[in-house]
Formats: sequence, C-alpha cells, structure tokens
Amino acid sequence: MVAIGYLFAGLFFLGGCVFVMSSLLAANVVNRLFLKPRSTKNKTTTYESGETPIGSAWVQYPLAFYIFALLFVAFDVDIVFILSWAVIFRQLSWFGFIEILFFIIVLSLGLVYAWRKGVVKWI
Amino acid sequence: MSDLAWFLVAAVVKSIIAIVALLTAFAYMTLIERRVIARFQRRVGPNRAGPFGVFQPLADAIKMAFKEHILPAKASSFVFLMAPAISVFVALTAFAVVPLGGPTPWGTSAIARAWAPYIADLNVGILYILSISSLAVYGIVLAGWSSGNHYSLLGALRSAAQMVSYEVSIGLALAGVLMFAGTLSMVGIVEAQVHQGIWFILAQPLGFFLYAIAAIAEVNRAPFDLPEAEQELVAGYLTEFSGLRWSLFQMAEYINMITASSVLATLFFGGWTLGALNGVLGAPFIWYFIKVAFFLFVFIWLRATLPRIRYDQLMRFGWQVLLPLSVVNALVTAAVVAFGLSWWVSGLFGLAVLVIAVGVYYLRARRRTAGQMELARLDFGTPNATVSVGVALPSSVRLVSLPAANGAVDSAAEKGEPVVVG
Repeated sequence: MVAIGYLFAGLFFLGGCVFVMSSLLAANVVNRLFLKPRSTKNKTTTYESGETPIGSAWVQYPLAFYIFALLFVAFDVDIVFILSWAVIFRQLSWFGFIEILFFIIVLSLGLVYAWRKGVVKWI
Repeated sequence: MSDLAWFLVAAVVKSIIAIVALLTAFAYMTLIERRVIARFQRRVGPNRAGPFGVFQPLADAIKMAFKEHILPAKASSFVFLMAPAISVFVALTAFAVVPLGGPTPWGTSAIARAWAPYIADLNVGILYILSISSLAVYGIVLAGWSSGNHYSLLGALRSAAQMVSYEVSIGLALAGVLMFAGTLSMVGIVEAQVHQGIWFILAQPLGFFLYAIAAIAEVNRAPFDLPEAEQELVAGYLTEFSGLRWSLFQMAEYINMITASSVLATLFFGGWTLGALNGVLGAPFIWYFIKVAFFLFVFIWLRATLPRIRYDQLMRFGWQVLLPLSVVNALVTAAVVAFGLSWWVSGLFGLAVLVIAVGVYYLRARRRTAGQMELARLDFGTPNATVSVGVALPSSVRLVSLPAANGAVDSAAEKGEPVVVG
C-alpha cells in the first residue's frame, strides 16, 4: 500500500500539468480574440534598462559558477548517503556512529581544502 | 467498488481540491503580502476592490489574462514558453506529500483512510520534497537562458549557484531531525514527535534555524532574492515575461513558500498536532493552518525588515557559515543519539551555538560600524594618522568621521594634505 502513493503523487502532478497548460491555452485564446498583435521591432527587443542590447546574451560567464556546481555535486551525493544513514541510525548505533564520524571528517576535509584554496569565497 | 477504486477516486478529488486550494492561497497571499508590507511601511495598501481589497486578486488575475504575451525576437521560443510551466509543475508536485492532518481523522475504515488529508504518504516523504523542490532551479535557469537577455542570464546563473549552495545546508540541517524521527515519511515524522512527546524544535533549535535560513534562500525570497534583484538586474529571469506567464512564476514562488512553511511546521513544530489541544476547534488540520500562516507571515516580515545581501556575502554565508554549522549540528546530534542521551542535550547545544553565533555577528557588526575592521584592513597604521586619499577610501561615509570633530584637520590643512580620519 506504500508504493501506490507514487501513483497518487503522479496523478497530482498530472492534474497540475493539465491546469497549467489549460490556463496558458486559455490566455492564448483570450490574446487572439481580444488583442490585435502589433509586433514592432522595438517591442520585441530585449529590455536592458533602455540600452540597445549588443550581441547575443549567450556569451561566456565567470568560471566561479562552475566551481560551485562541482562542489555541490560532491556534497549532494554525500548528503544522499547521510540522509539514508540517519533514518536507520538507531539500529546501527555505535557501528553507525563511528562510520559516519569517519565519513563526515573526510567530507569536512574536502570543505577545508576548498576553503583554503579560496574557492568557496566569491571573487 | 473495490478499495483500490475508492483510493483512486479519493486521490483524484483530493488532487483537484489541493490544486484549487493552493491557487487560492497563492492569490490571497499576494494580497496579504501587499497589505502587510504596506502596514510595515505606514501605508494602507490595496483596499479599493471590495471590502479590505478582497477582490484585488481577482482583478489582478483578469488583468494578467488579458495582457499581451510578448515573445522577444532574441528568445528561444519553445524553452521560453515552457519555462514558467516547468516552475509551476515542480512547485505543485512537491506539495503532494505534505500532510494537513493525520491518517485517520475521519475513522479507521479503509474508505475513511482513503480520504486522509494528504495526497500521498510516501516512505521517502522529505527526500521527495527535497529532490522535487531542487528541480525548481530548472524553471529559473531555462527562463533566464531562453530570454536572450544579458541580465536574465546573469540572474539565472546567480540563482543556480545560490540554490545549489544552500541546498547542501538544507540536507545536512534536516539530518538531525531524521535521526530523532527514524523515518523519512512526513506523517511518520509527526507521529514520532507525538510518540516522543516533544516537538523537534526543542531537540534541534540549530537545525531549525539553519533550515529556515536555507529555505528562504532556496525559494529566492528577500533578503536572498538576488536572482530578481530589481535594482541591478531589472528583474533578473522575469524581465522578458509578461501577462499570464509572469504570474505563473509568481505562483511558483508562493507555492514554494507554502511548501517550505509546511516542512518547517511538520518537521519542527509537530505538523497538525498541538499536544493536549489536538482536534480542538473542530477541523483536524486547524493547527497546521495556524502554523503555516505564522511562517508565511515571517517570510513577509523578513522581506519588510531586511535589506538584500550582496552576492559575495551570500556565497560566503552559505559555504562558510551555514554549511560548517550544519555539519557540526549533524555530528553532535549523531553523538547524542548514539550515546543514548536525552533530547535536551542536543537542544542545549543548539541554543548555545545560536547564542554564540548571534554574539559574534553582533560584535562584528559593531566593529564594522565603528570602522575598526575597515581601518585594520586598509592598514592606516595608528588611528588619526594623516594619510593620502589616493591610497584607499573607506567603503562607507560612516567610516569617515568629521575632521572638525578631532582637530586633525587643522594640521593637515596647514600642510595642504587631504585627510581621512578613523
């Protein structure tokens, strides 16, 4: 009876999709019916505080963003372990505690290394 | 009809009720937020449409539906159209496992259980919420990227880095609660609190504050609303969206707020229960509503009170304050549970850390306003020494005391040198 919960959650998700799509569709219909689309060049330029946009927006951005993504992957995988460990922690007791102590210390060493390298600091 | 058919019918009806309820809550949250913030700023707020402005959300909805949908020439059209929809899908889906009441408010028969006030009681409940709500970044990043606008893309990248940084702290902050509860199911966590006779806020005060701060950053609310910082990025990823697509993003933000408040209420404040007063006031979920309403008010309160923090402060806070504190919290809680100590040990520890953190923050803030930290950093040497302005200027006018106040100006003026006095 537990697995069926996923079916219900899926139904809820579908309901959300139907609602959002139908409201977008309805808004489109309203747009078609009541508005005369007058698409001018100025109207469809992107708004950058009144400046004329120069070039494409899809340019390269600072490398710092990439380092945070990398750090995140390392920590998030660890958190999946820690959360599933936390649930059965009472059954594991001492053995589990020593294990996770070791695990978290290794994890913290990673953070300390990143910290000393100065990558967790923005610019 | 078989039991399964009953369960399916119940699930469909409950889903429709939940979606309608969430949308109504969103619509009125916008009104309540505007009214409350107006009060904070000594204004009246929208009160023209109906008594107390109760028809304002309706008027807004009609206005939004009739606004023109503009597709920028530079936009990548399919992604641009899908991005707001993705945001709302994700926000709605995360709500599926939030329990508004216990499994048996209407009785213990199979049919009564089918109508329990939640859509699904998954055994991975909180993990489900964490994983689904972390998908919310997709809606924002795709919106920013597809707009073809420099500011939008910058807002989207900021948002991605911010949500990713604070998500790490969210997972670790909740680990302490899970050790006490021993289950991931949302209903199970509330029942564990009833069983142990405490709310987990008492055992995990530090975890509560860490999660609350990280959750505010996760839903991009002030003071962490850098992705849509109006003053520097126009409106970030929202800039190019108009009409209903824009309001879909707002909808996603408010539903995420409701979900975050529900998690706070369920994990730390006993969800739908209130000790001896359980079930008083008629409906079984009245306490849930009261708790969630309180946290939503706190969201608004913080927005009215705190200025937006700078991006480097945001990243430093996430990685150098929140993350180490949540690691410490998880370790100490693990030790408490492993040694078989009582819940108040980790509670006292959490309170002590909180007091120390607030104290350190207060002292640093005082030194900063007194200009001492800035002087030490700029290496002016002895205070009141006369230095050339060309070296470096203090970052704030507050750091430059009026030269007339301590007479240093006279000697400097005689030599014809500019003065900066600590």
